[in-house]
Amino acid sequence: MPFFSDGPSADTMSESAPLALEIRGLAKRFERPAVDGIDLAVPAGEFYTLLGPNGAGKTTTLCMVTGLLKPDRGSIAVFGIDALTDPVAAKRIMAWVSDEPMIYDKLTPMEYLDFVAGLWTVDGASAEARARGLLDWLGLAPHAEERCESLSKGMRQKVALAGALVHDPKLIILDEPFTGLDAGSARLIKDMLRQRVQAGCSVVMTTHILDVAERMADRIGVMAEGVLIAEGTLDELRRMEGSGHATLEDTFLALVAKSAVE
Amino acid sequence: MTRPGTIGWLALHEARLSWRDWLYLITGGHSRRAVTSGLVFIVFVIFLHGLAYLMVRSSEDLAGTADAQVLLVITGSLAMSSSLMLSQALESVTRGFYARGDLDLILASPVSAWRLFAVRIMAMAVAVAAQGLVLAAPFVNVLVWFGGAHWLGAYAVTVALAMDAVAVSVVITVALFRMIGPRRTRLVAQVLAAVIGAAFVICAQFAAILSFGTMSRAAALQSAALVELAPDAGSILWWPAHAVLGAPLALAALCGLSVIALAGTIAVCAPRFGRLALAAGAVAHDAHSRSRRPARFHNSVPLQTLRRKEWVLLLRDPWLMSQTLMQLLYLLPAAFLLSRSFYDGGGASSLLVPVLIMAAGQLGGGLAWLAVSGEDAPELIASAPVTRARVLRAKVEAVLGGIAMIFGPFVVVLALFTPFAALVASGGVAVAAGSATAIQFWFRAQARRSLFRRRQVSSRLATFAEALSSIGWAGTGALAATGTWLAIIPGLIVLAIVAGAWMISPVRTPSLI
Repeated sequence: MPFFSDGPSADTMSESAPLALEIRGLAKRFERPAVDGIDLAVPAGEFYTLLGPNGAGKTTTLCMVTGLLKPDRGSIAVFGIDALTDPVAAKRIMAWVSDEPMIYDKLTPMEYLDFVAGLWTVDGASAEARARGLLDWLGLAPHAEERCESLSKGMRQKVALAGALVHDPKLIILDEPFTGLDAGSARLIKDMLRQRVQAGCSVVMTTHILDVAERMADRIGVMAEGVLIAEGTLDELRRMEGSGHATLEDTFLALVAKSAVE
Repeated sequence: MTRPGTIGWLALHEARLSWRDWLYLITGGHSRRAVTSGLVFIVFVIFLHGLAYLMVRSSEDLAGTADAQVLLVITGSLAMSSSLMLSQALESVTRGFYARGDLDLILASPVSAWRLFAVRIMAMAVAVAAQGLVLAAPFVNVLVWFGGAHWLGAYAVTVALAMDAVAVSVVITVALFRMIGPRRTRLVAQVLAAVIGAAFVICAQFAAILSFGTMSRAAALQSAALVELAPDAGSILWWPAHAVLGAPLALAALCGLSVIALAGTIAVCAPRFGRLALAAGAVAHDAHSRSRRPARFHNSVPLQTLRRKEWVLLLRDPWLMSQTLMQLLYLLPAAFLLSRSFYDGGGASSLLVPVLIMAAGQLGGGLAWLAVSGEDAPELIASAPVTRARVLRAKVEAVLGGIAMIFGPFVVVLALFTPFAALVASGGVAVAAGSATAIQFWFRAQARRSLFRRRQVSSRLATFAEALSSIGWAGTGALAATGTWLAIIPGLIVLAIVAGAWMISPVRTPSLI
């Protein structure tokens, strides 16, 4: 796709390159511990999926990474930048997409992308070229000058995704991005995310659609009650659970059940 | 128990929803606030009665002899109440079409749509009447106490006028739908509601300025010239005034005609409402909301980007437009007075100072709520590489920039012939808008922009502090414009109010902006 850069340079991909995301002892408590001291490391160029039942602490974890919530303790580093002491620098190379599209009804998709590009200080000409490319790719070109209030939920989600990509982030954080999307749109976004990962970008995503995690993730983390109970490739998770050829669904349910018993 | 699907059943359903809605509006969802709210309401009612007493005690004839002067004042007051009720009814009817709520559920059910809309039109009449009665009751009660029981007719007249207002609003909205379509109707009806609401007050002020060089509406209604022009006491024009004074025939005629008007409107229009509501619902899915010109990308820093976004959103929202338009319309008489002062040496221009300051405070508070609390994509802003301080600075600048654009021309023209008044006005506008913005900032609570009308629910304290600050700065400005040092006293009181608001403001964490 011509509207993206080639991703992190060869230097950043070398062995000494920092991790795309490094979390150490991260904790957040509301009425009860929502996230209870998790450690997580995502290398550059990896597609990492976080799974877990409702209330496991996945979204809270991602909200702390993106600066939407302040952790009680722990550290977060994005490509070596301490996200807690220098959040602006960390946010500059990150993008966040939530399950509810974060857009303005009264702006058109193009105006919205201009706004997002302005927040990330992308220069006007390249932002416009990227915006047009993204909207074209996502099938939104005919709606580029219509106000977002007239778009369907799937279209709005695609606009939000275009907003996340218009500043060419190195780390994309997605919370249930396929909610409300039709099969064609979901496929389009999956393809786009895979292409970004191949270009060296890193993706951390939560989902309840286990099939998506099984097909797309390089590694999978399973959270339950605020704790990362298992992590690895699909095969590693199967071995951990002791079922050689089980589906991810079986493996996930067994891991969560085992964690609940313990 | 009423049978499901009947008008009675639907009315009970609507009554329950309205009651809970009202309760939420009063208590903000906190049941322990109910007692406090009740006490505040009682104090407010007593205050209104005191205010009403002060306003009517100077009248020589509290018994209400039906002479031209009394009939003129009553008719003028009724016209003003009617315009406000019509404005409110028009907004309610439009909202009934466009705010979907449970409309999709009911339209998709086997319940007859006309019954639902018949109930909703009646509910609107009840709501408009209730608000009219709350405002009229203190005056009527004082008049009944000191003037006699015949003034009780005013209650019936208020209810009758509410029915008329809703009937007229329904007819206007249906006609607009047919003439200009659902998309334009929303905007036109909102603008119309604002204009009608302010029309009578503004016209009376224009008349007062032309006749007496003041902005007092009472001066226009009590003028000898108008009394001379008034028709005979037996004229049909005075029937509503006679009804207020308790004349049985006039009261029966007015109430009867109002009932017929509302019932007729329901009978004719309610069956069409379902179709029109569907058309209004389709507006959201209509693909014709294209921007007039393609978006132009900017090379701007985040501060400029945020400011531009706030201004674009403010300009594009019809609901918000109507809310602010009425405040702006009230500035028209001020502008007119200013233009007259320009030609006659600026004698009355200092009268403008408190008007401008008050309007700036009110408008500033509304705009600040929209910019600070009414952020529709808080997570996007919070995840952007911009510090929270810069985001807030951009939002405050957007608000104060808007205020400066609206009030700047007034101050500049004022400066041409009364520089001192202009200086006071510019300072007053700045501190009033600044105080209201600061209060909204201290009491910020994330909410959907569409909840603008209910922004007071999140904090009663913020609402009161904002109102007191605007009134206080207006008073300070009024005194300062006359050159007296006494202006320091209300100024210090307002500063204490603003400081008090800061001290009791909650620390809201985690905040997304």
